Amino acid sequence: MLHLLSGDKPRSVVLTIILLVILISLAFAPFLFPGVRSLETAARICIFIVLVASYDLLLGYSGIVSFAHTMFFGLGAYGVALSSIHMGRGYDALIVGTVLGAIAAAALAWLIALFSLRVRAIFFAMITLAVASAVAVLVSQLSGLTGGEDGLNYKIPRDLTPANRLGEFLGVKVNGKTLNYYLVFFGSAALFLLLLRVVNSPFGRVLQAIRENDFRAEAVGYRVVWYRTVATCLSAATAALAGSLFAIWLRYVGPDTTLSFEIMLDILLMVVIGGMGTMYGAILGATLFVLAQNYLQTLMGAASEATHSLPLVPHLLDPDRWLLWLGVLFVLSVYFFPTGIVGRLRNGR
Amino acid sequence: MTAAPDHTPTFARLSVGEQLAKMMPVLLVPLLVVLGFLAIGAPSSWLTLTVSGLAMGMMIFIMASGLTLVFGLMDVINFGHGAFISVGAFVGISVLLALAGWTEAPSLILNVLAVMLAVIAAMIVTGALGWGFERIIVRPVYGAHLKQILVTVGGLIVIEQLIHVVWGPEEIFLTRPEMLKGAVTFAGAAIEKYRLLAVVFGLILFVAMRLVFRRTKVGLIVRAGVENGEMVEALGYRLRVVFIGVFIAGSALAGLGGVMWGLYQEVITAGMGEEMMILVFIVVIIGGLGSVEGAFIGALLVGLLQNYVAFLAPKLALVSNIGLMTAILMWRPQGMMPVVKAK
Repeated sequence: MLHLLSGDKPRSVVLTIILLVILISLAFAPFLFPGVRSLETAARICIFIVLVASYDLLLGYSGIVSFAHTMFFGLGAYGVALSSIHMGRGYDALIVGTVLGAIAAAALAWLIALFSLRVRAIFFAMITLAVASAVAVLVSQLSGLTGGEDGLNYKIPRDLTPANRLGEFLGVKVNGKTLNYYLVFFGSAALFLLLLRVVNSPFGRVLQAIRENDFRAEAVGYRVVWYRTVATCLSAATAALAGSLFAIWLRYVGPDTTLSFEIMLDILLMVVIGGMGTMYGAILGATLFVLAQNYLQTLMGAASEATHSLPLVPHLLDPDRWLLWLGVLFVLSVYFFPTGIVGRLRNGR
Repeated sequence: MTAAPDHTPTFARLSVGEQLAKMMPVLLVPLLVVLGFLAIGAPSSWLTLTVSGLAMGMMIFIMASGLTLVFGLMDVINFGHGAFISVGAFVGISVLLALAGWTEAPSLILNVLAVMLAVIAAMIVTGALGWGFERIIVRPVYGAHLKQILVTVGGLIVIEQLIHVVWGPEEIFLTRPEMLKGAVTFAGAAIEKYRLLAVVFGLILFVAMRLVFRRTKVGLIVRAGVENGEMVEALGYRLRVVFIGVFIAGSALAGLGGVMWGLYQEVITAGMGEEMMILVFIVVIIGGLGSVEGAFIGALLVGLLQNYVAFLAPKLALVSNIGLMTAILMWRPQGMMPVVKAK
């Protein structure tokens, strides 16, 4: 078990308990929380854990800020969508799309890194922002290829759809959707463990050394640019794989669900809330955030209704102003909880 | 007493090629204009495109100048700069809409007065906002790039959402003041009056900025601070105060740029600042972080290229800026006119 976690223990009793609860809930989600909406939420949590963890490899472990993470996520998702459309329904299409998406993401990340990281790490943030927005516009303009704003609907193998009925188990109807969920769950778990392996390897140690003091790391003899570039590519490829899982789960891709700047902000917030530089932070951040997103917005709507007689307050509580509160929360957490929940739990033991 | 020995050092003259390479960034703009002429062919459409490209470039420069200086002076990278553009546009346009009587009258004086009032209001509000932003958001995170980027992005989101709260979620359409509508015809080319005005205004602002930097003591301190801040502080100047001044001025300029851009597009949205930030970043990067002249040239290049490409190959217009940035970074990885830091 310890070997599976690459020797990186949670190092806090409370944290261990929370992580176990999340793991068990996700592993048995179809049986513990039957229903379409909760299964949807569980799958989203799994995928975002991987996405956030891969972003944490960049932000938390290497100290590089990227705004193009959704672009890589989208590349994986569109890879699966396009291959499923052009190669027809089948597992081969899914595999080809996934692999090509990951390769494309790594190649693009390599190019961007080459241009920006060799000068100044700070260029990377600006250039990724520019490239990601150009790609987002491009995807919505090239409607012939990508379906534009409407996105793409496509078919995945019948085994993975609700049409594939497999009978009942523990009083819950098991169908292809359940299988699909387990594909997402185990895929995410494998990717997460892989990332945990990466950050606890000698390579990960060097990344952390560079984050702390790049000048000294260079002086000790590590080629900083090379390490940063490889970290960028790895993180991009993992994000693309998460995107492929998302595409297989949703059977739909569109700019809003994969490429929008809003998702980029969600990822940033999940990393910061969970705790930068700790892979377990990704699990906590993504779980809390996705749950809050799905259920708190309803609450905000109710609060807005309840206060409609007051001036300005209902506008502030409008569900559309969800981002406002996210922004405030984000700034506050960077100031007051730079180590996130995980950091707090570890220190407070 | 013997005369001092003859000592007449001779400098090896730079060859023509070396001189050209030194001047290259400055020459790029005319070069691009000439290339545009050759590619487009028709003089009248070329003239129209050039003027609109220059107008766009000037407006981007106004927005970018503050950002690049703030970075040069204090090593602060402000992703929230775009918020000032949006706020400036909303405040300015609200003033213009409130003064509808003045803007609809076919009187140049009243029109200009209304625009001036709008600009002043926008600059005051964004300047004050910049001051607050510096105190609340930026000050606690000096010297930490990672946190700066995260926190200023958070600030951008909050301000953008507050615009939604105050002005409502819809975009606002507007019409330009009466005398700024329409176009003048010159050599068979129709040139919008507003674009001409924007070019002239931008040029005046650039020249004024250069004069401030080259001829006044404040400008001297700012330039010296960009080059070697510690030394300037050692000489007894409080660079922090200068920095706050530059931050406020830069925010006010972003607000001014926002009003001008709003009048140019004739529609404003809360997200416009965020969209403009992408162009602003490209300009700042290719100009060289911290360099005002570099930002000016970069802005003109971006504006011209975008207009030419949009005419010649509309599909490519989206990626033309990224292409320009890539090309320039391959040529000069630090940007065209990198600020030489004494370390």
